[in-house]
Amino acid sequence: MKLKGIRVPHKKNTAHAAPVRISVPKTVRIPMSMHIGKPAKPVVKRGDRVLVGQLIAEADGFISAPVHSGVSGKVLKIDEMMTAMGFKVPVVEIETDGLQEVAETVKPPDVHDLDSFIAAVRESGDVGLGGAGFPTFVKLSVKDLSKLEAVVINGAECEPYITSDTRTMIDRAEDIFGGIELLRKYLKVKRFIIGIENNKPEAIEKMRFLAERTDGVEVCALPSVYPQGGEKVLVYNTFGKMIPKGGLPLDVGVIVINVTTLAFISKYIETGMPLVEKCITVDGSAVKEPKNVIVPVGTAISDVLESVGGCKSEPAKVLYGGPMMGIAVPDLSAPILKNTNAIVAMDEKEAAPPKVTPCINCGACLNDCPLRLDPRAISRAYKKNEPEDLKNLCVDLCMECGCCSFVCPAKRHLVQTNKLAKAVLREYAAKQKAEKEGAK
Amino acid sequence: MNKLISSVSPHFRGQRTTQNIMLDVIIALIPAVIASVIFFGLKSLLVLAVCVASCVLSELGFEKLCKKENTVSDLSAAVTGIILALNLPVDVPLWQAALGGIIAIVVVKQLFGGIGQNFANPAATARIILMTAFSGTLTSWAVPQAFNLLPDAVTGATPLSMIAKGETADLPTYLDMFLGNTGGCLGETSALALVIGGVYLLIRGVITWHTPVAFIGTVAVMSLVCGQDALAQVLSGGLMIAAFFMATDYSSTPATKWGKVIFGVGCGLITILIRFWGNFPEGVSFSLLIMNILTPYIEKLTRAKPLTGGAVKK
Repeated sequence: MKLKGIRVPHKKNTAHAAPVRISVPKTVRIPMSMHIGKPAKPVVKRGDRVLVGQLIAEADGFISAPVHSGVSGKVLKIDEMMTAMGFKVPVVEIETDGLQEVAETVKPPDVHDLDSFIAAVRESGDVGLGGAGFPTFVKLSVKDLSKLEAVVINGAECEPYITSDTRTMIDRAEDIFGGIELLRKYLKVKRFIIGIENNKPEAIEKMRFLAERTDGVEVCALPSVYPQGGEKVLVYNTFGKMIPKGGLPLDVGVIVINVTTLAFISKYIETGMPLVEKCITVDGSAVKEPKNVIVPVGTAISDVLESVGGCKSEPAKVLYGGPMMGIAVPDLSAPILKNTNAIVAMDEKEAAPPKVTPCINCGACLNDCPLRLDPRAISRAYKKNEPEDLKNLCVDLCMECGCCSFVCPAKRHLVQTNKLAKAVLREYAAKQKAEKEGAK
Repeated sequence: MNKLISSVSPHFRGQRTTQNIMLDVIIALIPAVIASVIFFGLKSLLVLAVCVASCVLSELGFEKLCKKENTVSDLSAAVTGIILALNLPVDVPLWQAALGGIIAIVVVKQLFGGIGQNFANPAATARIILMTAFSGTLTSWAVPQAFNLLPDAVTGATPLSMIAKGETADLPTYLDMFLGNTGGCLGETSALALVIGGVYLLIRGVITWHTPVAFIGTVAVMSLVCGQDALAQVLSGGLMIAAFFMATDYSSTPATKWGKVIFGVGCGLITILIRFWGNFPEGVSFSLLIMNILTPYIEKLTRAKPLTGGAVKK
């Protein structure tokens, strides 16, 4: 049995648009936190000349990632900025010189065993490119390799609009399979499952063609229902096991890697060019010509929109990522991050907030939740401030995919309430733990 | 720089709204309304108009009085009005019909918090109250006169009252019962029209099959078990309209799939109990009301277990 999902509009307008490289913007602003974990520490200072691929900030702690420059130019200033998530992080602003001179440090890393492979992935600055931004090397640091049964490769790309992973599968299929060979060699994995939604026939065909010529690679065509690419859903639907609450894919014997991440790792081991540019989909109702573009990390969204020919109308809402889980940016100066896979610019009509009406108890939210949660009951428990109820309702299991809010006819902010309820439960759990320890 | 809208994901919402769900229900009720005009004449439209007007005006008035947001445009009051009218006999005094609308909206719906908050089905409850208060007029059934728009007032019996009295020889044919050419409330007699509406709701995804199948199935099976004419039991009385339009009311019935099955089975059992052993010939409205009260418990019992995937191995 497969986990269910909902039908959302696909809007894959750019599936046939091979990515084009945009001209280098005048300035880039590279935030030091584009990953889950501690922000990186800048190692350049004002006035320094930097080159393409040069390290500008080093990882701080285990769950962190180094940051490199994607342009050649001069460091204008090191400043602080507010991210779309509402955190203040240091940012390195670089004035480009347009020469795109590559740093000498960019050379293929010396990789000969698992440790050196993981070290190289760490040096590459790679983070989960599917959107979550979890440093990839942490994922690959498997303590007990015998527990690892398979690698699930995520090519589902279930968000509306986004086609950057689709393009990776079509244009860089060899890189993906290069990545598979690296994982086979160093992680000793024998089984690889590539999960792709069936609305990408070209990508499936390409992956199948290569899979037939490679040992142990299965291509799994999945129904195009959202959230097929959610980690828990994908692992269950391709591998048949449910990742336990609060656990990792490794608890059921797999790791999950996004196709573009895998293609990047392979390319990095080959060339040594760290993660300094991204292929992103630029689409949305406000965009004149939807396109896939390759841009240096740190490019302002306004520069990206300009590079595709501007907007039909003033964008009213702009997102990092797709409409289901994307994050609304505060303004157009927000930079492209390592884990940005799309910029969706919505016009006023598309962005208009829906009118919220009272819950009619139709049950759509609980019947469409992929993890079988009851958002209606969670909302009630949250309103009454009943953390014990929230715990029983397993609100901490919620992956915030947005299905409940999408299907709600009353347009209630169910995901938002779930997020708030999760915070209440976290606080409650922390308090309980403290009390327990105090009692000892 | 222009200000961008900032909001929490998802940034897309589905096409369904409360209003278009209610509109679908109204569309689904049109065949039953047409059937009522065919069998009971134009007066049925008058009853319908009075009920709808009474429901909508009650909602408007109550919300104005309580300084609440006006929710008439969500069409739910209109739906209640139509269903109430279809649950009344054609010769009901119009003031009684209007009173039914006020009871349904003010007492059953608004006093409990408005749309989505009522624990009982407004139309079913209003019908029960009217039936107990005005048992004379509410159980005087016009004899259907097909395609006679202005029929003479002739009263007769409903198939269920015939069965209750043991006059099974006088029962109309199955075809008449299926088409609706029998005595009864405005909109409950034509199984055909109600099934057409029910199928429309199923196709549009407004309701699921669980409740109607469980409800009608239970009545059929229990009739067989009790040695009664199952087909006559299924085709007569308020079973069809209740199974498709009233037992599927969102706010007063369980939202879970198994909950809907239990609700349907429970309604079926209570209906059979009242029909075969009770004082009244018909028990559908009472079965709805009793199961409405049990809804929170059924929901609690049938809530899906979240997919937590077992314990984390340490």
